[in-house]
This record gives sequence, C-alpha cells and structure tokens, in this order.
Amino acid sequence: MAVLNEEQSMLRDAAKSWTQEKSPVTAFRKMRDSGVEIGYDAAAWNEMAEMGWAGVIIPEEYGGSSFGYLSLGLILEELGRTLTASPLLASAMGAASALVLGGTDAQKSAWLPKIAEGTAVGALAIDEGAHHAPEKTALAATKSGAGYVLNGTKTFVLEGLAANVLIVAARTSGKAGEKDGITLFVVPADTKGISRKRLALADNRGAANITFDKVEVGADAVMGEAGKGWDVLEKTLDRVRAGLSAEMLGAAVQSFETTLDYLKVRVQFGQVIGSFQALQHRAAKMFTDLELARSAVEAALAAIDADSPDVPELVSLAKAKMGDVFHLVSNEMVQMHGGIGMTDAHDSGFYLKRARACEAAFGSQSYHRDRYARIQGY
Amino acid sequence: MADFGGVDLDALRTEARSWIEANFPAELKGRPNPMMREERSKPSPAQEAWRKAMGEKGWGTPTWPAQYGGGGLSSAEARVIQQELGRAGAYNPIGGMGIMMFGPTLLEYGTEAQKMEHIPKICRGDVQWCQGFSEPGAGSDLAALSTKCEDKGDHYLINGQKIWTSGAQYADWCFCLVRTDTAKKHEGISFVLFSMHQPGVEVRPIPLIAGNSPFCETFFTDARAEKKDLVGPLNGGWTIAKRLLQHERSGLSGAGGGGMAGGKSLTALAKEYVGVDDQGRIADSDLRTRIAMHEIEGRSFQQTAVRAMLEAKGNSGPSAATSIMKNAGTQWMQMKAELTLEIMGHQGLGWEGDTFSAEELAAVRGWLGGKAFTIYGGSQEVQSNIISKRILGLPDLTQHN
Repeated sequence: MAVLNEEQSMLRDAAKSWTQEKSPVTAFRKMRDSGVEIGYDAAAWNEMAEMGWAGVIIPEEYGGSSFGYLSLGLILEELGRTLTASPLLASAMGAASALVLGGTDAQKSAWLPKIAEGTAVGALAIDEGAHHAPEKTALAATKSGAGYVLNGTKTFVLEGLAANVLIVAARTSGKAGEKDGITLFVVPADTKGISRKRLALADNRGAANITFDKVEVGADAVMGEAGKGWDVLEKTLDRVRAGLSAEMLGAAVQSFETTLDYLKVRVQFGQVIGSFQALQHRAAKMFTDLELARSAVEAALAAIDADSPDVPELVSLAKAKMGDVFHLVSNEMVQMHGGIGMTDAHDSGFYLKRARACEAAFGSQSYHRDRYARIQGY
Repeated sequence: MADFGGVDLDALRTEARSWIEANFPAELKGRPNPMMREERSKPSPAQEAWRKAMGEKGWGTPTWPAQYGGGGLSSAEARVIQQELGRAGAYNPIGGMGIMMFGPTLLEYGTEAQKMEHIPKICRGDVQWCQGFSEPGAGSDLAALSTKCEDKGDHYLINGQKIWTSGAQYADWCFCLVRTDTAKKHEGISFVLFSMHQPGVEVRPIPLIAGNSPFCETFFTDARAEKKDLVGPLNGGWTIAKRLLQHERSGLSGAGGGGMAGGKSLTALAKEYVGVDDQGRIADSDLRTRIAMHEIEGRSFQQTAVRAMLEAKGNSGPSAATSIMKNAGTQWMQMKAELTLEIMGHQGLGWEGDTFSAEELAAVRGWLGGKAFTIYGGSQEVQSNIISKRILGLPDLTQHN
C-alpha cells in the first residue's frame, strides 16, 4: 500500500466500510439478477455521489474536491474488491478527465458540476470494433455550416446506456490509423440521431453500442482544436486505464483472499487443503505477483498526480501487469474452489468474467505490451 | 569518527566529494569492484590503499555503529556516500559475507566483547568470513545438519562437513551452525565462530557447470572453536540462523538494485543481434513481446523495492516479505540470462576463444552460474514455503495414516 496522506486514508477507509456494508458481492449479484438495463444500481450510485466520490479529480471551482488520481484509485480499488458496478470509472475518471484536460470553459461549466454531484453520467465513446484501437477512429465528423455532422458507430461504450453526455472521438480529417485528424466532441446523449443498443455481456456491466446517424452538433461541441484531439484523448485514456487497473487490483486481491480463506477451511484427506504444498506454492506465487502489480498500479496513479512525463509507459506497464495477474488469480480461484467454483451460486465466476472484461477494456495486455515497447523505442 | 547526526546532507555531500577525491586512486576509476577474493588475494597497491582508506573512514559500512568502526550514518546519509562513490567512478571495497550477513547478525545477537572483537575487522575489510551452513544431508532442510560440536572444557571441538561454502578458499573466519544436542532438531543447533586458518580445516573448491569454483566443500577434523566465540546461548543457534538468512535473502534478491543493473539492456542486445523492422521494432516479434514482458516484470519489481522502502521508512530490518523479493528477483535475473542467450544465438554459446566477445563469453557463464540464484540462500521452494506459512498463514501438512 502506498504511503497515504490523511485525506487519502480517510477516503480509503470510507470506501472500504461503505463497500463492505452497502455493496458486497451479493449486491452485484442482486443487480445482475434484477436485470437492470443500465448495469448498475442507481440508488447505490447516488450514495456514492453523496460521499463526493464522483468529484475526486474535479477542480473545486466545478464542484469537485481535487483530491487527485491516487485518491480516486483507492476508491476504485475498494469497489473492485466487491465488484461494485458503477459509473465511477467511466464518468468520474473518464469523461471528467477529458473535460478537465481539454474542455472549454462552457463545456466544463455545463458538465463537470453535474458529473461531480452524480446527477449526470459521462461516458467515453472511443472504440469502433472488438478491440481497443483509438488511433483507428473512423466515425466521420463532417463540417456543416458552423458545426459538424457525425456519422458512424461506437462499440462497447462502458456506461453507454446510462450516459447523459458522451465524449466522442471522431475523424475530421485524415484516415483511420492516423493520430492527426481526430477530434473530440462533447455530445449530450439525447441528441437527435443517436441510438443506443444495450449489450448483454458476460460481466453484466453496462455497455452499449452507440450509432450516430446524421447527428448535428454545433462548433461549441468541439473540445480544443479540430483535428488535434489525440493528445487529450491519449491522456484521458491513460487516466481511465490507470483507474481501471486500480479496480482490477481490488478485484484480484479479493479474488485471492477469498481463495486463501477457502484453502484454510476446506478439508480433504483429513486436513485443510491449504496444507498441501501444491496449493501453497501457487498461493505464494499469486501473492508475489499481486504485490508487484500493486506497486505498478500505485506508481502509475502517482505519476498522473505528479504530471510526470513517463505516465504513458507507467500506465501501460500497470495495465499489462495487472491484466496478467488478474487472470492468474481469477483462474486459480475457480480451480482451487473445485466444483463449487464452477457454480453460479459462488462468486468465483464473477471475478473470472470481470477479469476478461477488464482485459478487453481500454487495451489488453497485448496492446499495452506493444505500446510499452514502442515508448521504450523497440 | 565524525558524527554526522546533526549535519545536513549537503554538508556531508561536500565532505564526501572532497574526501573521495583525495583518497580514491585515479587508476581505479571506473574499474570493476575486485571484491571477490580471487582478485583480492593479490590486490594491487592502489586497491589495497583504497580498501584501507575506506575501512578507516567507516564508509564501507556506512550505517553500522561508529563505536565498532562503522560510519554511524543514517540510511539517507549512506545513500549520499553511495551516490558520491558512483559519481567519482569509485566502488565500495568493503564487502563479502561479513558485510551482507554476519555483521548485521552479530550486531543484533553478539555480546559487547564479540562485537568489539569482530565488527571493526569487518568494517576495515581485514577479515573475510564464510558461512558454514549447508551440509550434504542438510540443504533445504537446513536444521537437519549434523556437524558435531563437543564441549572440551575450555574450548569446543568440531567434526563434520559443510558444503556450498561460498568463498571458503579465501576466508579467514567461519560463522558456523553446529549440532550441540542430538536429541532435538532445531533446539540442538548452536552458532559458533572459528578461524579457517587451522590444521583441522580443509577446503576443496567444487568445479561447477559454469567452469568456475565459487563454492567449496569444507571439512572439519577436530577443528577448534573458543568458548568466547559461541554466539547466543548454547542450542540457541537456530533463531540467529533464521535472522541471518533473512539478511541473506534481502541481499540476494537484487533489491538493492545491484543484481538488476549492469550490462547492456536486452533491447539494445536484441537490436544488435536480431535487427529491427522498418518501424524500429525488434524484428522478431515473438522475442520482442517476451522482452517487453520481462522489462515490465523488472520494473514492477523495482517499483516494489521502492514501495517497500517508503513503507518501512528505512528503519526496520528485513522481514518475511524479503522472500517475495528473493523469488521475484532471482527468477527475473535467470530469465534475463536466458533471453540474452536466445538473442545472441550461437554466438551466445561460446565457451572460449577469440570467435566470441567478452560479453558473449560472459553470457553463457552467467546463465549457468545464475542457476544457483534460485537454489542458494533458501531455494525458491523454501521461499515459497516461507511466504505461504508466515505471510499467508497456511498450515503445515499433518501426518496421516
């Protein structure tokens, strides 16, 4: 655990007690069983927002607390432990970061206070296929009078169904694969021509495909300069990747701890199975890897707070390492629980599915290893 | 010995810089540390002068107490000394098992008289120590050791055999685990010190797969240890041994950065031996991915070392967590050696001769020598046992019929 200041310790403790009391894994199960379309419990989200969590990285002048990314990461880690589904990542980390980094004063004033108080949900509409590939943005933004017309489809938008405002990556010039020519738009989700399709995914979170059919937006929807959106987009993505890594860390640690508890109570051959060396050494390996992954995740978040130039490589490092370790522990969770781990009644499956969904979101291990190597010049 | 307790770091830095300038022989600049006794047994006058100067100053053991010949510095101050040595292209000539393992342990468990006798000689680099722990029948199960130690009234008599004794052929003294009670296992072990320069001690270096002999078989036939050289209580040696092994583990993990640094990076080697594609990427994409994974692992290891240091705030000794670092660090180093060979191809398999660069010859020897990393200092499996039992609280296997 990183060395925390007083505010951070309080936030973490509050998040820990709230998730344990109000949002245990049973709450996630209940949400899933209820079939709620948006993919999270709106009442629980209200409680989280009331505690100020949606405004942690938002400046005070826009209703936030400016506590920083490590602080928000601590909350996401606790939420990850119990698999709490909420728009905190997509909205308070993702959309909020984009607006803080690149929004005009009017865009910030319009959306940040609402995002901070949880009354508006923001989402990042970036990818257009099965894989994370922001530079391949093709959704067309064609100049029309003073504004633009958007045409195309965004896929697997996290909290896309619940979102009130979308940060849309679109192409105003160049071709897919080029970083130049990408423009970010701030678009209210109820704008005429936007249609959303709920995606039922294995992890039961809220994701949607979003189609833009002749969607007209004004010039005031553009973030920054047209065609020069890549810089803010990449910085925003790095923030949400780091936040997602923190959530993955919490989920992976819980996955491991639940498994460890089971090893200490499940009796076979006249003794608890945790006394068997074949399992002990695998537990030791998981613990070691989790410690390394924690260091990587915390270093990435701290680098963002410090506005360090090595944010991109540290974030890719963290997401790649965390992704591998989450797979390891969630697979071992099922295996070490044996048959019970295969049942829907047990929590193992939730962690296993979450790990895969997290891998696919905002760049897989493969994506981030490649990116890390490119940044390092090989 | 100067007391730097109240002096700020800048003042110390200024002093260190001018002292190193005045004392470090220019001809040694940038030269590797000849700390390994193979070279130390015939040091050059400059090497000897540098060792004596650092030894007198106490800066070879900067954080050890000044009253025993150490530098008496805080961790932060010691880092200043280390930085200034690096800046000057100088090395710390005081090293070996006395520094890494025995000294810290004796400081904790020795009597005042024992510390006064042994620690200053370690600080000055006058005496080299070797570790008499493993035996042919007691490797991972160290407490099964059987080297016999008899009480002969005014002294102890020692008979038995140790193995894998690193640097025994160059050592002056041995810190040794001996059996003083055969009725008990862990509670029948004592920790004694004795001179290696006596007729009852015979040392035979063991040729290894890498072609060198860093480890020895060491035979004791009526070797003698003085009564005053028993550390801790009779039959109370196991507790001391466990503590010493923690020091060993933290030293072997490369947590200090020593094991992680050095040599060309894998990416530089790969670009040289494998080449790059039109985008400047390592041409072999499979290899490139595995190098990236290895780098990511190495950096997360280093980040963990930094985190552990910040969390401990530099004031506690090694903990059970060093087992994590030992396993992660040693596996990382072994993987680096394997990737190096793969990158070099056939050139990385040269055993000797002018067809191969020094770097290539070192690669194959390093790979083979590095197989020891996960065996010595408590094997990878022993470390995993420590993690699972002491950190994770998993129980011992119970016998059942």
